[in-house]
Amino acid sequence: MNDLYATQRAMRNMRKLAMQRGVIAILDVGTSKIACLVLRFDGPDQFSGGDEIGSMAGQSGFRVIGAATTRSRGVNFGEVDAMQETERAVRTVIQAAQKMANLRVDHVMACFSGARPRSYGLAGAIDLQDSVVSENDVSHVLAACDVPDFGDEREVLHAQPVNFALDHRSGLGDPRGQIGNQLAADMHLLTVDAHVVGNLLHCIKRCDLEVAGLVSSAYASGISALVEDEQELGAACIDMGGGATGLSIFMKKHMIYSDSLRLGGDNITSDISQGLQVPMATAERIKTFYGGVVATGMDDRDMIEVGGDTGDWEHDRRTVSRAELIGIMRPRVEEILEEVRDRLDAAGFEHLPSQQIVLTGGGSQIPGLDGLATKILGQQVRLGRPMRVQGLPQAATGPAFAASVGLCLNAAQPQDEWWDFDIPVEKYHARSLKRAVKWFKDNW
Amino acid sequence: MQQVEQAMSPPSNAPRRDPAPSRISYKMQRLMLRSGFKQFLRVGVPVLAIAATIGIVLADAGRREAIELKIAEMRRSIEERPEFMVKLMAIDGASDAVATEIREGLPLEFPMTAFDLDLEQMRAAIAEMDVVANVDVIVRSGVLQINVTERTPAVVWRNYQEIALLDAGGHRVIPIVSRADYPDLPLIAGKGADKHINQALDILTATGPMAGRVRGIKRMGERRWDLVLDRSQRILLPEQNPIAALERVIALSKVQDLLARDLTIIDMRNGHRPTIRIADGAIEELRRIRALK
Repeated sequence: MNDLYATQRAMRNMRKLAMQRGVIAILDVGTSKIACLVLRFDGPDQFSGGDEIGSMAGQSGFRVIGAATTRSRGVNFGEVDAMQETERAVRTVIQAAQKMANLRVDHVMACFSGARPRSYGLAGAIDLQDSVVSENDVSHVLAACDVPDFGDEREVLHAQPVNFALDHRSGLGDPRGQIGNQLAADMHLLTVDAHVVGNLLHCIKRCDLEVAGLVSSAYASGISALVEDEQELGAACIDMGGGATGLSIFMKKHMIYSDSLRLGGDNITSDISQGLQVPMATAERIKTFYGGVVATGMDDRDMIEVGGDTGDWEHDRRTVSRAELIGIMRPRVEEILEEVRDRLDAAGFEHLPSQQIVLTGGGSQIPGLDGLATKILGQQVRLGRPMRVQGLPQAATGPAFAASVGLCLNAAQPQDEWWDFDIPVEKYHARSLKRAVKWFKDNW
Repeated sequence: MQQVEQAMSPPSNAPRRDPAPSRISYKMQRLMLRSGFKQFLRVGVPVLAIAATIGIVLADAGRREAIELKIAEMRRSIEERPEFMVKLMAIDGASDAVATEIREGLPLEFPMTAFDLDLEQMRAAIAEMDVVANVDVIVRSGVLQINVTERTPAVVWRNYQEIALLDAGGHRVIPIVSRADYPDLPLIAGKGADKHINQALDILTATGPMAGRVRGIKRMGERRWDLVLDRSQRILLPEQNPIAALERVIALSKVQDLLARDLTIIDMRNGHRPTIRIADGAIEELRRIRALK
């Protein structure tokens, strides 16, 4: 556990360094596209003082000065599949974004959707030594959370304290300075496959970049696509990506559950490719131009030329009706949404006070999806687009960029994680000298 | 009917790789974006290249010598152009003796180039001579022109070391052998007299009718003057208003023929009580004359 603590702390220090320099890059490694945004911060003082919150909740302090997107290669289900190819793709976007920003970036925050995320709810409680809660007590209570055995192959991506309770009062955001006898904390822990993360980190390192943070893309999409009251009252954000569909549940402005399906837009494309006997590229184009999930009578007459260049006239001049296309796409979309429904049920989503569901990501652009989703997921469904940030090019404002934008917001205003608190003194084992110093400080 | 563009499916068996920058071009771009690197390329590299070239060229001693020789040759060829040559020296405003001395003091061989003349040093050397009050040294159209203003001797000054001429400002002009060579100049003596030549000259001017009898004027105790007359007579003038005291003596002399009498000293130092000292034997002489009557 200490090892992870160290790596996450190192990343956090990198992020601080990048903030001081004022430039950080955002890298969204997706299955269908890799996006890079270069952010410039107006000044470190904008974020240091936690006392007052500026306009737009302090999110106006940065500006996007470089943006680039490239077709992803070597990524499947949101995981790095062919490392050389992924490295090439990362190089391409970074170079293009640097060129647009006319700035060299050294620090990058990355997000990815795959790696089989798993959520754990942790709880811990301590008795306070003196009745006032200090910062040390907070780190104590976080350390007191009993961590489940999630296996050697997995690593903690997020560990966010979501709730504090002091005696019988629960729902405290910040217990410091309050008076009580027993402090309890709830923590949301998200673990992912360690080797997937390792592969991604290696790809980024090979591009001479320093990783300043890793974020789950479901979480990032939730930050940008959910509006404030949805985050407060409880909502689920469904990020329909190319290879994976991310799922994050927010409550009281904290993510309390996250999951990922290994299903996405690429499955729809491959269905079309198989059903119409066309290459994947053509299938992708047909999907984005003519795709839909609700067929009308008009669609029977709407003929799409499928094309081909075999030289066989009969084969190359095939046409399909749009209704046929919808007939291919709809079952797959229904399957994805039903799977999402199952995951939400498993997470106990129906117990939340508000059950808003927001669909975002590139897959949410299928026409008629909201109608279909309403039938499967319930009445409170809407399509979400990422919130606007300064300087973002028009081309990058669509729902496909929800994770990228969310990562920008997260970079500007990071959520407190477990590793942001000092390690409690009891956890030091080897560092007896530090303990001795600490003991002297406490006693004299 | 809608159509899908045919360009979507390229006819190739192997999957075409998407374009991506090579590692080297990627690193190159990042290097170029490094802050200050472009500036270094634009300024630092040319400066370094020029400095290196100069350094390599000058590293060889023979080459360095050749360059120095060439520069000296070019310099000489410019300096020796006829418009810069000085052919003769003209000295104006100096007496012959002084002019000869100046010529001897400046060992110049004409013709020579004006660049080799150190006018300031020459001017200083000439100005060092006592007789020269002011000197201008200029080069004008091939002639070294020296304009000298000589000091005019005003008095002959005698002290324990020498006899010399001084100008009105008390500056030494020239040492002389004999006071008799300058009979028209008054003689001044006494310690500190050279500092107050003007006052001495005023007193001498005021002597008026007895100017013919004045032998000289002597500074006493560095504060007042004695007017020395022939027949060993002295007029002791006060420190304050010596001219008024002198005029009083002259008036007395006119009325009572004071100076014609057998006196040695007329002491005017105390204005309320002028005193005279009569010569030795004058009383006896007077009694003798009275006895004759």
